[in-house]
Order: sequence, then C-alpha cells, then structure tokens
Amino acid sequence: MAEPVLSIRNLTVDIPTRHGLFKPVEGVSYDIRPGEIRGVVGESGAGKSMTGNAIIGLLDPPARIADGEVWLNGRRIDQMGAEEKRRIRGKEIGMIFQDPLTSLNPLFTVGEQLVETIQLHLGVSQSEARKRAIALLDRVRIPNPEERFNQYPHQFSGGMRQRVVIALALCSEPSVIVADEPTTALDVSIQAQVLDLIKELAQERQVGVILVTHDMGVIADTTDQVTVMYAGQVVEQGPTDQILGAPQHEYTKSLIAAVPRPQVKLHRFPQVSYGGRDTTFKIEDLARNWDRSGASKTGTLLEVSGLTKRFLSKGSVLPSRREYFTAVDDVSFGIKDGEVFGLVGESGSGKSTVARMIATLYPVDAGTITFDGDEMTAMDAAGLARYRRQIQMIFQDPFSSLNPRMSVGDIVAEPLIHHKLLPRGEIAGRVRELLDRVGLASDAHRKYPHEFSGGQRQRISIARALATQPRFLICDEPTSALDVSIQAQILNILKDLQEYLGLTMLFISHDLPVVRQMCDRVGVMRQGKLVEVQETGALFESPRSDYTKELLNLMPRLEQLSEDEIANLRAKETG
Amino acid sequence: MLSFIIKRVGQSILVLLITGLVAFSMFTFVGDPIDNMLGQERTMEDVERLRQQLGLDQPFIVQYYRFLEQAVQGNFGVSYRQGRPVAEILLERAPATLELAAVSGIFAIVLGIALGVFTAIRRDGVAANLIMSASLIGVSLPTFLIGILLIYLFSVELGWLPSFGRGETVKIGGWSTGFLTESGLKALILPSITLGLYQMTLIMRLVRSEMLEVLRQDYIRFAKARGLSDRVINFRHALKNTMVPVITVIGLQLGSIIAFAIITETVFQWPGVGLLFINAIQFVDIPVMAAYLMLISVMFVGINLLVDILYAFIDPRLRVAA
Repeated sequence: MAEPVLSIRNLTVDIPTRHGLFKPVEGVSYDIRPGEIRGVVGESGAGKSMTGNAIIGLLDPPARIADGEVWLNGRRIDQMGAEEKRRIRGKEIGMIFQDPLTSLNPLFTVGEQLVETIQLHLGVSQSEARKRAIALLDRVRIPNPEERFNQYPHQFSGGMRQRVVIALALCSEPSVIVADEPTTALDVSIQAQVLDLIKELAQERQVGVILVTHDMGVIADTTDQVTVMYAGQVVEQGPTDQILGAPQHEYTKSLIAAVPRPQVKLHRFPQVSYGGRDTTFKIEDLARNWDRSGASKTGTLLEVSGLTKRFLSKGSVLPSRREYFTAVDDVSFGIKDGEVFGLVGESGSGKSTVARMIATLYPVDAGTITFDGDEMTAMDAAGLARYRRQIQMIFQDPFSSLNPRMSVGDIVAEPLIHHKLLPRGEIAGRVRELLDRVGLASDAHRKYPHEFSGGQRQRISIARALATQPRFLICDEPTSALDVSIQAQILNILKDLQEYLGLTMLFISHDLPVVRQMCDRVGVMRQGKLVEVQETGALFESPRSDYTKELLNLMPRLEQLSEDEIANLRAKETG
Repeated sequence: MLSFIIKRVGQSILVLLITGLVAFSMFTFVGDPIDNMLGQERTMEDVERLRQQLGLDQPFIVQYYRFLEQAVQGNFGVSYRQGRPVAEILLERAPATLELAAVSGIFAIVLGIALGVFTAIRRDGVAANLIMSASLIGVSLPTFLIGILLIYLFSVELGWLPSFGRGETVKIGGWSTGFLTESGLKALILPSITLGLYQMTLIMRLVRSEMLEVLRQDYIRFAKARGLSDRVINFRHALKNTMVPVITVIGLQLGSIIAFAIITETVFQWPGVGLLFINAIQFVDIPVMAAYLMLISVMFVGINLLVDILYAFIDPRLRVAA
C-alpha cells in the first residue's frame, strides 16, 4: 500500500472558555493515501469541520491545536509558523467549502480568481496562468471555458460554481483536498455529478480527499474509508463497506438506522437514540382543544388549476421588449383532506414558487387556487385574512425565518395577536402550551432564537405555524438544513400533526427518501411544469416519466435492502 | 444599464423640480417682493405697474414655469441687497467653497478609508482602540467648537496658521484659487480639517464595520484556504467588497460637506457661498437664498447620480439586474 500523503496523530483542538477548556476535537488519528477518499461523518458539532480546519491551519482563535501531530508528505506541519502554513495552503492542501454561492468573491471574475491563485503558487506568467485556468475549467467540465473565464460568479448556477471552487482547489496540483460538505447545498442530480467529478479527479491526479459530510448516502457512494465522529472523538473508523455493513459502535448503528430509506415506508422515522437526546412531543395533547372545522365540502381541500407565474428577467421601458422567465407553467393538482402531498424537483423547478403563491406571498399571474370550495384568487380582504389564518408555512432555513430581535414567546404570539384569535390575557398561556407540545423547555418563551440549535428553531417555526390552528400546512424543505438525527425529530412531529390534528400538508423537498416516508401522493416538477403525479408507492416503484426515473436513479443509496431486511424493518416497527 | 441611468436622471429631475418649487415659494410667501423693491414713497400705480412688468399678476404656475425657464439659463434675478445679478455673485463665491469642500472631502475619504481599514485589520491592537476612542470625539463635538479650538491652538497659541480668510488668491480665468500661493494653502488647512473631521470619522467607522463584516464572509475564508497573502486578501478582496455600501454614504456625505460649509465658513470668515447665504438670511435677500438652495440641490443630486452609476460599475451583479 502506498505511503500516506497526510497523517494526523492524536489531534486535539481546544477552545478556552469561561467554563474551562472545551475540546471540539479530541485524539483524532487517521491517514490519507494518494487517490483515496476518506469520509468523515457525524452531526453538526461533532468536530468534523474543526479537524479539517486544524489540518490546513485555519482555526479561528481562540481555538488552537493543543496536542497531536499533522504530517504532510513526510513533513510535520502543525507546528509551522503562520507564514509557512500559508504557503502550504492552496499549494499542497486544497479546500472546498459547503456553499458555492458564498465561497467565491462576487466582485471578481472567475478567471481573475483562478489566475491570481495559479500565479501565486506556480509563479507562471499571466498568459500561461490564463491557459492553465481555462484548461482547468474545461477539466471540471464547465462548457465554453473561454467565455466563462470572463464571467462573474453570479452568472454561474450552484453546481457550476462548485465546479469553479473545485478548479480553484486543484489549481496548484495539491496532494490533499479537504472538502467540507461540498454537495450539501446542491440538488440530487448536481450532487451526483460533483461527487463523480471529485472521485474521478482523486483517481486521475492521485489526490487524497477528506470528505466531510453528514450524509450517509454520500459516504456510501463516494468514500473508500470512513471515520465516524461524535462529540469531538472518533467512535469508529475503517473501510466504508465494513463500517456501513457491520457497524460496531452504538452511535454508528443508530446513525445508519436514522437514514430514511426510499425502499420501504415506515410509520415513524427512527431517531438517533445515542447520547440520550430523545425529545418528547405531546402533539396528541394539542388535539384536545384543537378547533376542527370538519371535513371540507368537496373532499378536496386545496385545488390549484392552470397556475402560472412569470418573473421579469430583463426590464425595459417598452413593454414589448421586456423578457420574462416562466417559473411556474400551467400547474394543476388537488390535495385531499388530511393528505400529505409532496412536490419534488430540482432547484429552479418552481416548487417553492407554487408554495409561495398558495401562501399569498407571490401574486398569481394566471390560474386559480381554490381552498375548501372558495376561490382564493377572487377573495376580498376579509376572505383573504380568513384564508391566511388557515394556511401556515414552515420555511427551509430556521436561522433566517425567525426574527432575531424578538423573543420566542413574541414570535409564537404574533399570529395570535395579528388574527385576534384570543383575548390578550390568554395569549401567554397558549404560547407556553404550544412551545411545550413541540418539546421545548418551559423557559423557552423568554429566550431569543440565537439561543437555540437548528432543530429547536425549526420546532419554534412549527409552534408559530400551529398558533392559528391552521387546516393546511406548507412545509418548504423543512429539514434540508438539518442533521439526519434532527431531521428525524422534525419529520416525526410533522407526522404527528397529520395524524392527531388531521392537518393537510404540502410537503416540498428534493430529498426523495424523505418524501417517500412523508407523503401520500407526490408531484414531480421540472422547469416550471408538473411532470407527473402519482401515489407515493407507485411513483417509486413504477415511475411513468423519464425524468422521474432519472431522479430516482441519481438518489444516493445507503445500500440495497434485501426482501428479508425490509420485512425485518417492518416487523421491528410493529413489534 | 442605459435604462437604469435614464430612470435615475428622471428621478433627479423630479427632485430638482420639487426643490425649485420650494425655492420659488419663498418669493411669494416670505414677504411681497414689490415691498422689497419699491421704497417707502410709492403710489398704487407704481405697485400695479411693477407687478405687471414683473409678471407677478400671472397665476402661480405660470410664474413658477418662468422662474424655472430663467433658472435653467442661469438667471436667478438680482440680489435685493447688492443690486447685482445673483448668478454673478454666486460665481464669484463658488470657487472658495468648492476648493474648501474638495480639500476636506479628499481629507475625509482618504484618511477615513485608511483608518477604517487599519482599525478593522488590527481589531484588537492598542493603536486601533485609541483611534476608535478618539473618533468618538470627532463624531460628538460640534463643528463650530472644533473650529474654535483649532483656531485657539494653531493660530492664537502657536501662531502657525491663519485664523480667517483665504489668504492670497490667484485668478485663473474667472476662477480664483488659493492652491497656488503659500498663504492660500495655509489658510485651507484649518477650515478643511474642521469641515471634514466629522465626515472622516463617520467614513472611518463605517469602513471598519463593513470591513469586519466582509472579513467574516466565506469567500475570505476560501481566499485564505487558497493561500493568498493577508495583503492581497485585505486590500484586494475585502476592500472592494467593503466599498460597495461605503460609496453610497460617501456620496451623501460629500453633498453635505458643501451644504454644511455654512458653519465652517462663518467660523473662519471664509468668503464662500455659505457665508453669502448666512448674510442673505440676515437681510432677507430672497433671490440669493433661492439660488443657493437650487445650487446645493443640483450638487446633491449630481453627486448621488454619479454614485449610483459608480455603484453599478463596482458591483457586476447590479449591471445585469439593471
């Protein structure tokens, strides 16, 4: 076996705090060989990114390497001075960050950023650097590299930007690349392409890759070796097949069990039980004083027909010269009472735009939305107010969808006050009850959003959405910003809501296994059009359109479950 | 891009029309111009004749239109007090104010940006903290007090610099400049610092906070991960991003440097348009006041138009969106 290009031995990072030393990384050791991809998996806060940062010397003070050694190509690099470390960064160790939208400087062209990096590390002439840059763009399969070279980052799509970032990391032919959640912000199909590219480049250039991720599917598809981290420590590591096939540690086992499977629908999502972080929800208690308006008049609660939305893409003084982009194109579907309807598709397919039109956040350009027999598009102000009360929304990003200057109590009380649902005196009580039911501690209403983790914040969003006792809930990618373990909690709450409160839901996601678990029927969108609508089981087993087949094929899979294993999972649940 | 500029120019014209209306209203609502023009001994016939001659019997809107028509041609009427055309007086005074504003503007921008970047990069350094504390004085002390303190220290106690006036000036065409003589340059120092100090501290504090924000961004982290040196990261990648919001504020501040020159000019007896305006108020010299108002608004609007265009020039994202 080849000599490792990078070895870390007993690496420990500590951060001095008021309450003593905090060790986000403790005693981590592993090797990377040329051309090998090592996955580092764990939930947020497990220390996986911190390890990567420690290796390339980008720890934010006061965090520092307290102990251990980092060896790169036979040289010890952890004790180097700042200037020496800077010379290694980008030259011998490349880095790829999670969010391609923010990792490129918006004010410089892609070419300028590439040439700058190439000239710095290789010391070649401007024209030679330009030639290399274009060759690199071509290598990461960016079409028309000559033309793209002079464009700015905002002119690239998310997947294309991540390719540029990869090109930047490869500029100086590094021997190791640290990729920190490189595909988390991307669509399934783009994710597959980017991961393939990384795999291919690792092989071709014999680069060792550290792939930090929280996605077990990515680990299974891409990596050769895997390191599972929990609370700063390595709980288990070894060849990927062995770890995923026969996990030894309890944490690994529950992490693997918590991954939603596309093959079989279970009643509840298995939660990560390790570490005693089970949270209890009391959604059934909410049902007691829930105001049910009964079934809808027609059995179909929400019906959209011919829904269309166009956005101005090129403005002009003359109306005839304006150009429009059709985001949603003649979409029609109905959602039955108490049903969970899924909407899947890549970003830009128009699924969120549909949701926003239903929630009255965007005006409708053409078509109708009918709620419980009444046409929303023709409602007067009073009708719309009633309609808005019955439709609530949960957004994707729990960090930006809660006002950071308002206390959690005020956030949840706001819809109650706005819709004048309760007398002033009873509001505080109801808010506390709602927060309690979604499993937040009793003093939560006094705190502010930043004091909560992502999963807790998403539960605050749910409490806020439930405050008006809606009949219809729109969930726009409610868990895509969360860890697997937290995702299971949130999805279970949503399932309870549907079960105990009889809520009807529109569930938008690009995560197909999650959709399989959550939804009764699924619509697939592509480029603004609804491609097909089917019962969930049927859609996954016999997709009708080619596009759906393609989507299903690209889905990262943990493993193919055998008939026995599926039977086992089912049995475990009922038993 | 072109439609963006056309839109902005249209908005600017609208703003000018409205300030023109305010300026013009002063004639009608602040006393009767006929009273101001004719002396104590006048007959009703004189009043009527002059009223007709000047077109003051016409409807308001017609008068306003004629005022604009004249103003566009640079004719703002005759000063009540000096009996000379207002345009001539303004032209005579403008160089003094513009030179003062230019020097203090450059002082504020150059020093403001340099200190802002310095305090952002050396966030925890002793020097940076000292500068930050000292800058509070610049923000909180009123302009006239700073002027008086400077005069006391440098003119009265040390006797290094003159305490009032422009010193010797040289005439180039119609423009009288103080840049070419030693006493002219010396005379510029104290008023420029007085006028620019507030803007300088404001720009510095803004640049600092914007820069700190930019330094937290992912692309700066990524630039570090690419191995770029601190100098390239701070001055190439971070500074350009910092400038996007800062430019808007600088534009507004430059306008107010010209507008607020009034106080500085009064303290230093600087023979510019601000001093002219103060004197005009004392003598209710409405044509001068109206013309001054128009002049200031044209400058404000012009500078902000320029800033908007510059904005799109720096940020490629705006070029496409527009």
